Amino acid sequence: MNELLLILVPLLAAGLAAAWPDNHTRPWFLPVAGVAHACLAFGFLLKPPAAPFHEWFGYDPLARAILPAVSLLFLGCAFYGVPYLRLRSERSNRVFVPAFLASLGLISAAHMARHLGVLWIATETVTLCSVPSLHFNNTPRAFEATWKYLLVGGTGVALSLLGSFCLGYASLHGGGSGDLTFAGLTARGEELSRSWVLIAWVLLLVGYGTKMGLAPMHTWKPDAYGEAPGIVGAMLAGGVTTVAFTALLRVRAVVEAAGESAVANRTLLVIGLFSTLVAALFLLSTRDFKRMLAYSSIEHMGILSLGAAIGGAGLWAALFHVWNNSLTKGALFLSAGNIRRAAGGRTIDEVSGMGLRTPASAGLFLAGTLAITACPPFGPFFSELLIVRSALATGHGWAAAVLLACLLLAFLGLTRVVFAIVYGRPRTSSRQLEGKFRETTAVIVPPLVLLLAALGLGLAAPQVLREAWTAAVNQLSPVP
Amino acid sequence: MTQLLNVLIGLAMGLNLAALGTGRLPSLIRIAAVQGMLLGVMPLVIEREPSVLLLLIALATIIIKGLVIPSLLRRAMRTANIDRDLDPLISFVPSLLLGAAGMIGAVALAQRLPLLPEHHESLLVAGSLALVFTGLLLLIGRSKAISQVCGYLILENGIYLFGLLLIHSVPLLVEGGILLDLTVAVFVIGIIVDRIQRTFDTLDTRKLTVLRE
Repeated sequence: MNELLLILVPLLAAGLAAAWPDNHTRPWFLPVAGVAHACLAFGFLLKPPAAPFHEWFGYDPLARAILPAVSLLFLGCAFYGVPYLRLRSERSNRVFVPAFLASLGLISAAHMARHLGVLWIATETVTLCSVPSLHFNNTPRAFEATWKYLLVGGTGVALSLLGSFCLGYASLHGGGSGDLTFAGLTARGEELSRSWVLIAWVLLLVGYGTKMGLAPMHTWKPDAYGEAPGIVGAMLAGGVTTVAFTALLRVRAVVEAAGESAVANRTLLVIGLFSTLVAALFLLSTRDFKRMLAYSSIEHMGILSLGAAIGGAGLWAALFHVWNNSLTKGALFLSAGNIRRAAGGRTIDEVSGMGLRTPASAGLFLAGTLAITACPPFGPFFSELLIVRSALATGHGWAAAVLLACLLLAFLGLTRVVFAIVYGRPRTSSRQLEGKFRETTAVIVPPLVLLLAALGLGLAAPQVLREAWTAAVNQLSPVP
Repeated sequence: MTQLLNVLIGLAMGLNLAALGTGRLPSLIRIAAVQGMLLGVMPLVIEREPSVLLLLIALATIIIKGLVIPSLLRRAMRTANIDRDLDPLISFVPSLLLGAAGMIGAVALAQRLPLLPEHHESLLVAGSLALVFTGLLLLIGRSKAISQVCGYLILENGIYLFGLLLIHSVPLLVEGGILLDLTVAVFVIGIIVDRIQRTFDTLDTRKLTVLRE
């Protein structure tokens, strides 16, 4: 039952923060809840509960393999949030802080959901909770991004509900009781009606794929990530996307139990490669460094989908990659937020020479970019290497070739933008803004710690994490 | 019983065409509301001896889909001071034709899908597919935010209709949660609509084109 605290602690903190009267001290709720959540998540990682405590919720191996990464990312964002919200003290954070805290609780709920309906409700409420944080900046551009996020995301979420019902009907048609728990569906996998399972898979892939940002359902992503504050972008890219990925993994396991794993794998493979390709091409043309991070996120979602399609060692590598992607993206979004505030612009036409003006943030941004483009010895290098190796070992040679080509293009696109921003001469227009933003320890340490964590995962991933990922792979595709 | 249910579903499907053919926002909102109320009655028709809980759910559906959400939308419409969607992306006649074709397609597709014997006679699957299709058509084809929200409502109605197939097995708790989500979604959308209007001085989502590559 203690696992329920992972959901309740952030929600309780959100409630308290909403009632807290003082705008200046309210942001401290973020790190307090973050520390508590991280202690719980890592405690359960070290000492996993024996069995899920309820048929609808449970800290099962899959949740154990991913949720601590989100918790760590949130912790970084929370400590960054305190100085960030102090800089933005002209705006009330009475809605922002509770919404941000509640989204952590709901993300935990979605990771721990073992029932299709509960999973859907949690995902939908996470979407709604992100809305107030998205338009925190209150600019026309932020509203435009929020509207697109709601419309595209809402349609996606609606289609995934239809998919969930179809899966329920598949069970009903096969003589089952219409039970929507994943355990129940997998156990009766053989009896599920095949055609309904396939319809459900397509709808759920489109629905949760929209939330994850797989191409061609990615259109909301660059706008939302470009306009959201850094900490919100980091949580969307490293937290909310993992929810959709877990959902797809759980559904895929049901489809596999129904004997249609070949179709599921093929669609995941194609959509994954398509996402990396689309993202790589857009990365070559974008001039905005926050939208650039969104395309990079689409690319990495494609890599995750590819890993899941390969299964076995590929799936293990994908779970490893979830950690690397979340932590590195956190470091990137937070340092990009610093650069954005100091420079007052976000395209390579407006910003350059940040290496001189904000040396620490620029250094972190550059190092983070190298990490996310899979330069050793950072974590993403090793997880992507494992995915390529497992693709070659399972006879997906051409997929590995396409992936490598896309990674190269993405590397060119990302470094093009980042070098233009970090090096060169500071612009006069940005010099006028001097003194508005100072690189304090408080805004440097959180991204630095996240980046160091990604480096640590690359150098030596702890044994307990490796075991957690193996356990999750075994849960998803049990060896007969 | 199936006869009565089919009549209700047929009415809901007819409302689709009315929704696709109208450019007046008040009628569009009313159509979505009436469709929502029809849907709210359906669980009582399916269950011969409805439990108290089922009655409550049906009542909540009728109130939320038929009264609360439409009044929220009407308020948004009044603050925005518009009542017509004059130049949609897909104009009215083509969208009517597409809607009619979609309806025929939905019935044809529903007959090809494997169904349980007790669902062979009912129009539930066909109706649900037609509503989902109409909703998507309105979402894509209209240019005003309120029409798009109505499209989203019709899409949700279609999904709710499909959910009725599972009425005996899905715990009502889940259905309650789903209903709640819908309200919150529209509430949030309403706020955003209001903000878009104030910032851009228009509800035309085609003007939202600052963000692009």
